[in-house]
Amino acid sequence: MRTFALTLHVWRQKSAKDGGRFAEYKAPNVSEHMSFLEMLDVVNQDLIAKGDDPIAFDHDCREGICGMCGFMVNGSAHGPHRGTTVCQLHMRHFQDGEELWLEPWRSAAFPIVKDLAVDRSALDRIIAAGGFISVPTGSAVDGNATPVPKVDAELSMDAAACIGCGACVAMCPNASAALFTSAKIGHLGLLPQGQPERHDRALKMVAQANVEGFGHCTSVGECEAVCPKQIPITFIARMNRDFLDAVIHERPQSDRGGSG
Amino acid sequence: MSATASDTGGKFYGSTIGKKIVMAVTGAFLVLFLVGHVAGNLQILSGKEKINHYAELLHSSAGLLWGFRLALIASVVLHVKAALELYTLKNAARPIAYAKKAHRVATLASRFMIWSGYVLGAFLVFHILHFTTGQAHPSFDAHGDVFRNVTTAFQNPAVAALYVVCMGLVGLHLSHGLFSFTQSLGLSHPSYSARAKTLAKVVAFAVAAAFAAVPIAVLAGFVK
Ligand code: HEM
Ligand code: FES
Repeated sequence: MRTFALTLHVWRQKSAKDGGRFAEYKAPNVSEHMSFLEMLDVVNQDLIAKGDDPIAFDHDCREGICGMCGFMVNGSAHGPHRGTTVCQLHMRHFQDGEELWLEPWRSAAFPIVKDLAVDRSALDRIIAAGGFISVPTGSAVDGNATPVPKVDAELSMDAAACIGCGACVAMCPNASAALFTSAKIGHLGLLPQGQPERHDRALKMVAQANVEGFGHCTSVGECEAVCPKQIPITFIARMNRDFLDAVIHERPQSDRGGSG
Repeated sequence: MSATASDTGGKFYGSTIGKKIVMAVTGAFLVLFLVGHVAGNLQILSGKEKINHYAELLHSSAGLLWGFRLALIASVVLHVKAALELYTLKNAARPIAYAKKAHRVATLASRFMIWSGYVLGAFLVFHILHFTTGQAHPSFDAHGDVFRNVTTAFQNPAVAALYVVCMGLVGLHLSHGLFSFTQSLGLSHPSYSARAKTLAKVVAFAVAAAFAAVPIAVLAGFVK
């Protein structure tokens, strides 16, 4: 088993109001089998033993599916590897003596809670604005009552793989939530059940993303490069098209139907 | 943050996507103009008669000429207005910059769109004063001898170099802009999306090279 030493420059910030600064830490005994978060756990144990405040970072499942973890490692969201969350990033990818800079997601819409942990409620509010389908509850319908073409089902699943970690926002030069929003819009918009609210959804979710203060998409592609689920920016094109269709088809509420 | 979407929902230009669609449509119109413009320019390679006759043709209907000019001016104004508004929003979206930031896939062209845009805007003003109105041309012939105006201008290596460099920036701007255009308008399909990036670069640099051919040809003495 290879063990090695790292130098960490970690962003420390007590609260949203605190100014924040980098602090330097040594990680003298890193095992190549550790995950990035396990490496930080060990650093934190040291800090606790010394009576210092441990580094705060978000995490939950530690298996790349919950979307809780995430911070910048040397300027890349979730670190330098493609298709992974930082909890699934293994230390074998790093070399002895490397210096790593750890920073929180930086976006006006993601206030810093503490150190590397940010508040991503803005993404939840985008979902709440239209990332759902309205169905009457009751007994479940037959499994195949609504046929879904295989291609659409697959594409929809690709989008549904989004875990809402916010890496796309963090990596985007414009702090845009376009990839996230488009994944949520595309995931529902590709399915028959998502059709009735397709236009409304696009308008409302896009508007909410703007209200939250996320930037615009410049098609740079940094988001898809760091997305742990490798969701492609073709979903952003799809969202833009849905938005345009929706604008063209927009009708005032009262014109939509009678009381009948 | 208790703001909800309903108060901004449905407002096209109020959204960042609406602004991008405006940029895409106006940008595409300007690209179409550039293609027509360069096709016209290349006639200078066939000699004085040809290009001056072409220039005369363009000026034959004042109505058409001004109609087209107004459409071009409107496109530039809308394009630049949206660009500046989005740039302001983008800066507000990340008030604190990263101490360290990697660029995983971002091309130079994609990262410097606003800067290539600024230079193109400045070039546009100079270009009009140079070849359309003549204030920036030391020996301008206002009677429509386009051939003479172009050849005398580009015999000066500094002027020729300025044009070639600016055409390089046109190529850079469009190499990303043409791809971004397909994204903004949602022109995405598995049958061509993978090729859109390459095609954008090819078209962009082909247009730029065709423009640059004129100053280079004059300077090299092929056209005199
Ligand atoms: C010959 C003149 C020009 C042409 C043909 C042109 C063309 C284009 C095209 C096709 C796009 C892609 C639109 C999209 O992303 O959907 C674009 C983007 C852009 N243009 Fe221009 N443009 C021109 C002049 C300018 C000027 C004068 C500016 C000055 C500010 C400018 C600033 C930008 C910016 C910042 C973008 C990127 C927008 C973004 O990625 O969000 N352009 N341009
Ligand atoms: S902790 Fe759940 S995805 Fe990383």
